[in-house]
Amino acid sequence: MKNALKVRVLVRPKRGILDPQGEAVKRALPALGFSGVGAVHIGRLIELEVESADEVEGMCRRLLANPTTEEYEWEVVS
Amino acid sequence: MRIGVTVFPGSNCDRDALHAVERAGATPVELWHAEAELKAVDAVVVPGGFSYGDYLRPGAIARFAKVMGPLEEFAKGGGPVLGVCNGFQVLLEAHLLPGALLRNTGMRFVSRRVRTRIEKTDTPWTALYGEGETITLPVAHNEGNYYADEGTIRELEEEGRVVLRYLENPNGSANDIAGICNEARNVVGLMPHPERVSDPALGSEEGLRVFRSVLAAAGAKV
Repeated sequence: MKNALKVRVLVRPKRGILDPQGEAVKRALPALGFSGVGAVHIGRLIELEVESADEVEGMCRRLLANPTTEEYEWEVVS
Repeated sequence: MRIGVTVFPGSNCDRDALHAVERAGATPVELWHAEAELKAVDAVVVPGGFSYGDYLRPGAIARFAKVMGPLEEFAKGGGPVLGVCNGFQVLLEAHLLPGALLRNTGMRFVSRRVRTRIEKTDTPWTALYGEGETITLPVAHNEGNYYADEGTIRELEEEGRVVLRYLENPNGSANDIAGICNEARNVVGLMPHPERVSDPALGSEEGLRVFRSVLAAAGAKV
């Protein structure tokens, strides 16, 4: 693809939604001797190469994130 | 009566569902994901499994398969649709039902039989059960923890749209919700698997009435 834009989409559980993966990792870290971990939240990083950023918002809304449980942000990185 | 069962790459309860449909006395019809065609069926089951490998989110990719176009129209026109497990996840992603299914709170895949209570019998998929009847159904899922915002949960409860409830909650699901229906009550999503207990060879037939119900409901209309 010519002149591709690199877009980075970050998807994560909405605030207040239970994040059992984050909780499990939060419990695992002290077990390995890492102390002082207050919170862990786990999301998903999606990297896209697109011709234009015009449709990225629609991609996020319709497929990449589930607006019921997740929030997302995206940026053009290069 | 013809009952269709959708088949996506990664569906793994489609054969069980087709078998349950046949045992219930209906004609089972496979509906291939890549064909935008419902083959004149009178009801549709979206079966369990791991459609598209559960990539992105369970059901998120299957929701855009070709077969889903006519299926959504069928559902919106009042046609009986049942989603089981991954099928429930597909119907949520397609916005035919409200809410979402999150990772189990225990962070483990849960595969066992659980006691559940039939809460509502005024859907085409539960018509032959008794209200308040307790049945034991298998669950087998990693994302079965039903979630919706407070307003939606209240609405579901007030409108009597919680169809099935866990008596022993295996996944952290809000209000012990195991199954819900849409406003028109023709679309039902269940996390447990009635098709896996629809043959005495499997040790129980407690789920068979789900499939018999849809025949009875159709018969009543004719």
